Amino acid sequence: MSDLLNIFSTAYPRLLEGLGITLVLTVIPMVLGTLFGVGLALGKIYGNRILSGFITVFIEIIRGTPLLVQLFILYFSLPPYGIRLSALTAALIGFTINSGAYQAEYLRGSIQSVSSGQLKAALSIGMSRWQGIFYIILPQALRRVIPSWTNEFIYLLKYTSLAYIIGAQELMGQARFVASRNFEFFKVYLIAAVIYLLLVLVLTAVFNRLERRYRIPGFDYKR
Amino acid sequence: MTEQMILRIEDLYKSFGDHEVLKGISLSLNKGETKVVVGPSGTGKSTMLNNINMLIPPDQGRIYLEDVDVTTTTDLTKIRQEIGFVFQDFGLFDHLTARDNVMIGLTRVKKMAGKEAAELAMLELRRVGLEKHAGQYPAELSGGQKQRVGIARALAMQPKLILFDEPTSALDPELIGEVLTVMKNLARDGMTMLIVSHEMGFARTVSDQIIFMENGVIVEQGSPEQLFNNPQQERTREFLFKLTDLYGEGGG
Ligand SMILES: Nc1ncnc2c1ncn2[C@@H]1O[C@H](COP(=O)(O)OP(=O)(O)OP(=O)(O)O)[C@@H](O)[C@H]1O
Ligand SMILES: [Mg+2]
Repeated sequence: MSDLLNIFSTAYPRLLEGLGITLVLTVIPMVLGTLFGVGLALGKIYGNRILSGFITVFIEIIRGTPLLVQLFILYFSLPPYGIRLSALTAALIGFTINSGAYQAEYLRGSIQSVSSGQLKAALSIGMSRWQGIFYIILPQALRRVIPSWTNEFIYLLKYTSLAYIIGAQELMGQARFVASRNFEFFKVYLIAAVIYLLLVLVLTAVFNRLERRYRIPGFDYKR
Repeated sequence: MTEQMILRIEDLYKSFGDHEVLKGISLSLNKGETKVVVGPSGTGKSTMLNNINMLIPPDQGRIYLEDVDVTTTTDLTKIRQEIGFVFQDFGLFDHLTARDNVMIGLTRVKKMAGKEAAELAMLELRRVGLEKHAGQYPAELSGGQKQRVGIARALAMQPKLILFDEPTSALDPELIGEVLTVMKNLARDGMTMLIVSHEMGFARTVSDQIIFMENGVIVEQGSPEQLFNNPQQERTREFLFKLTDLYGEGGG
């Protein structure tokens, strides 16, 4: 234990720097991926056949291929076309797209679980279809999707560690660097693992709070 | 006195696939009239109501709200504001309080200012006896209370006509009365209403006309006395007899 503390006391500047980048790689794709996912889900459900089909294919490609391959494509295969992304930018874009595709599927399920009578009632008081979707369907669907999104964000947080493979100096990359200097591979990675665990616990607590806060009184959609 | 026509339906047809549900329905409502539609299950009563505000467009026929042809209008949202709809399963917005259910059409559709809309919403809730429940969510209300919120939501839009699709058939028997009382008051206040319901006591005492529909056609329509005491069709007599037997005369 004192061993671990020792290692941490010398390595913490690098690890904290890595932690900062890990947070950036988590939070930005979380926010942008959510917006992207909402757009994809709405387009898939309410868009015309062409848009809907296009989105379906896109989502299946993203979900059907390894995230690492997607990062490689963004980082290594674009420069010949004149698009040179930094490791961080490539990771941000990759995570945003990837998370957006998963979130779109969760949200689609949750939109479809809102009773069709709700949109009908919205139309009946003179709302347009889009008003019904934005004021009636989405507020309910977003509440229902919070548990799935909590899981998605936990995955996202841990998958950010893949970014070190293309050279982003996030927590995992920094841990590797530290370990390659002091050769305490196991202990350094253990410290990194504990930090990930703490982050996951915080994230879970935040989203559980969000879920409680937006719970509809008396309403149990799981019933 | 010339009566002002609110709704006129001419020769309505509707099929789902090759199943012809409505086969030439015509009827009309004058301002302040209440008509009750009865008929066996699957006859097309709900389909007809949904045609009227174009939630389900008809295949053929004309529907006039005053002098606007609903089937060809370019501004459906405007027409729907003028036609209230009360659903069998209430259709309340689950994530909104009773007050916000009534308000949202005012703020989002009519673009009314929040304060004004809130006042109007409270007024309509008072009208259905629910001002004390304004802050409760649908899941916290009884069926009868939910349906009264549904009626208040329709009323808030100041409609020219309200359509009711079996407003009490999802309710426990002891809750039916409170909803029928609200509807009776509306009729007394001169609201124009087309009501699908099998509450015969209500139909008898409140409606100006009863419309008996079967297999997509109107078999007979007339005043309650006429239909109950002197029906022209044997089928009408049979059906009303059976209904009265089933649902009784209560709730009126
Ligand atoms: N969207 C739809 N697609 C296919 N068939 C439908 C659809 N809506 C209704 N129908 C059919 O049309 C017929 C008439 O239905 P409708 O709901 O209008 O009857 P109803 O008179 O309201 O009956 P109930 O008293 O049971 O409510 C039924 O046979 C029904 O199965
Ligand atoms: Mg029906």
